[in-house]
Amino acid sequence: MSKKEIDSHTGTETTGHEWDGIKELNTPLPRWWLGIFFACIAWAVGYWIVMPAWPGITGYTHGVLNFSQRDQVAADLDALKTARHTREAELAHASLQQIQSNPDLLQFAMAEGRAAFGDNCAACHGSGGQGAHGYPNLNDDVWLWGGKLEDIQHTITVGVRSTSPETRQSAMPAFGRDGILQPAQVDDLTEYVVHLSGRPADARAVARATKLFADNCAMCHGPAGKGDRSMGAPNLTDNDWLYGPERADIHDQIWNGHGGVMPTWGGRLSPETIKSLAVYVHSLGGGE
Amino acid sequence: MSIHTVISMRNAADGVEKSDAVASNSATQRSFYKSRIPIYPKRVHGVFRRIKWAVMAVLLGIYYLVPWIRWDRGPSAPSQAVLVDLAHERFYFFFIEIWPQEVYYITGLLVLAAVSIFLVSALFGRLWCGYACPQTVWTDLFIHVENLIEGDRSARIRLAAAPWTASKVAKRVSKHAVWLLIAIATGGAWVFYFADAPTLAHDLFTGNATFVAYGAIAALTFTTYSLGGMMREQVCTYMCPWPRIQAAMTDKETLAVTYRSDRGEPRGPHKKGDSWDGRGVCIDCNQCVAACPMGIDIRDGNQLECINCALCIDACDDVMDRIGQPRGLIAYDTDANILRRSAKEPARFHFVRARTVLYSSVLAVVAVVMLFGLATRSTIGLDVLRDRNPNFVTLADGSVRNGYVLKLMNRSIATRSFDLSIDDLKAKSVNVIGIGVVRLPVRLAVDADKVRAVRILVTVAKPDLGSASRDIEFVLTDPKTGERIESEAVFVSGGAP
Repeated sequence: MSKKEIDSHTGTETTGHEWDGIKELNTPLPRWWLGIFFACIAWAVGYWIVMPAWPGITGYTHGVLNFSQRDQVAADLDALKTARHTREAELAHASLQQIQSNPDLLQFAMAEGRAAFGDNCAACHGSGGQGAHGYPNLNDDVWLWGGKLEDIQHTITVGVRSTSPETRQSAMPAFGRDGILQPAQVDDLTEYVVHLSGRPADARAVARATKLFADNCAMCHGPAGKGDRSMGAPNLTDNDWLYGPERADIHDQIWNGHGGVMPTWGGRLSPETIKSLAVYVHSLGGGE
Repeated sequence: MSIHTVISMRNAADGVEKSDAVASNSATQRSFYKSRIPIYPKRVHGVFRRIKWAVMAVLLGIYYLVPWIRWDRGPSAPSQAVLVDLAHERFYFFFIEIWPQEVYYITGLLVLAAVSIFLVSALFGRLWCGYACPQTVWTDLFIHVENLIEGDRSARIRLAAAPWTASKVAKRVSKHAVWLLIAIATGGAWVFYFADAPTLAHDLFTGNATFVAYGAIAALTFTTYSLGGMMREQVCTYMCPWPRIQAAMTDKETLAVTYRSDRGEPRGPHKKGDSWDGRGVCIDCNQCVAACPMGIDIRDGNQLECINCALCIDACDDVMDRIGQPRGLIAYDTDANILRRSAKEPARFHFVRARTVLYSSVLAVVAVVMLFGLATRSTIGLDVLRDRNPNFVTLADGSVRNGYVLKLMNRSIATRSFDLSIDDLKAKSVNVIGIGVVRLPVRLAVDADKVRAVRILVTVAKPDLGSASRDIEFVLTDPKTGERIESEAVFVSGGAP
């Protein structure tokens, strides 16, 4: 277009484009809008200079500030390690009882223990340590291998039926499956165990099984069925059943002799983390 | 053009100059396609100008000085009368201390503020906009500074059109410098409400204050400078929602700055000695337009752009005095009165109306509820969080244990000991973590102005269990004052784990 054409009605310049007699107005952008637009361009140019911006063949422009989020994370992690260093060192030297009696250290150990429990233990024991069928509940007062701080620490370190040479080891025989006892004898023993826990049971079956229990079970579970922590043998007279309380559950356990595995954490977690875990598990409510 | 015509164009009446001011911000004049036409409000003198000075002095005084008032609360709390302590989650207002849990007091305060402004609007129109709004107060201050440095309306218009001489540069630089100083002081005063004022002031000047403090000052400096110095009436006309909302609060009996058209029309220039019969007393001198900081003509009637600052009343009263007419051609009046006077009825003011009665009652109810709440505010608090993972723990002997975290709150400024007990439950044992197995009630100390979290394990023997879930009540009492607070909870012993 050779010269400006001004629309008489609005006083605005037209673009010169015309459709059916209607001309397009060339309404200028508001000044504030243009201002922000140019400011953004200026900002972008500044950003290229200051911050990492342009990709290259083997790398990228680093910018004047040489900023890197990767370095930032590494620095943050280092700072975290430094900040935790003192407490971590205290934790290494303190005994479990000392940790428990020092409020600051206890808070630190509990925080670390809670996090480590979520990462490593919750998969089997549940996020609140509530356990599941075959996985012990850590909140109650029933402990197969002992509920004192040291007992818990040792169990975590060596595991149960684990690959560690020092592992806590116990084996419940599969009395039925391996043919050690006749099916009728397993039925009688089931009634006997139900009777042990104070529930009504078939008296004749109990009488028949009394000698069977003394011969086959009392070695580990004790003559009264109270269990033995040194062998990880459960107490059969209480209300807690790792593999279920019903007759069918008990029968199944005598027949098949289930035994769960807890891994050894000794080589995988630091001694400080294991201490924290022991303190945390002890605090869940059942610690002795 | 004869000399006589020139004079009659310049004068609306003998001794009263006709201003060439244009109501550039009135709805019919402004256009979205044009840049803003600058407004140069003329200085006026009179009753309302004096009231506005006084209100400005009081409001600015409150804003700048309140953070510096000291209030002794003992060693456990800050000794600043008004303080929003974000770091420690407390709000202090003289003898009142509010915790985040009590944010309903803030809600009540906001409801009070909203209903008050409704009531005032219904009775007297936009008093808030005209006198008390920060936008009005600071804009008024900025215009005053402009007036002092650059002169009154005509001098400012001449200066704006003048070439950039050394004198113009000096005036403009000093004006913006003073504006910036006011803006910095405004932002600077704001941050004192959020930290100990003397300490923060020292830190600010020595460069030791936090980035947040400097950032807040910078942001508020920018907004004060741009809104008060540059944008002025545009904030009210375009940005503020209140001019739109207030139409719903007002009616024909609401007081508003009103041009009494029944008295003023028909308007026109008047020569000394001419009769006033058959014409209105408005001599069309435009002094009301020249005085208007909003750039409108009040004679167009009540309009959204008018903030009811009443400066046109002062301007007009001055003119009325000079032409020997009674004051009040522009005055606080109602639409209904204009109609009444036109119909030869006496004017009257109707303050008791359905809406004002309603607003007053709501105001009274909310105020009474607030006062009652504040007067009976408890200084102890108890929150109970029950363990849900696991929901309950069955122990070897068949008894059931539930875990709770109790938050004991001490909202007073001294360390206190509370007695904790549990109602509606026969517990076999109660174990407070960190203390051991205890007999209820157990005495627990809570530091001044603090919350103490206590984990507690409650075991119920098998025969006492009852239903799978039962309501119990934790009770916290202060043995010294007898203050008591209950918190309901449940004890779960069955159902889905």
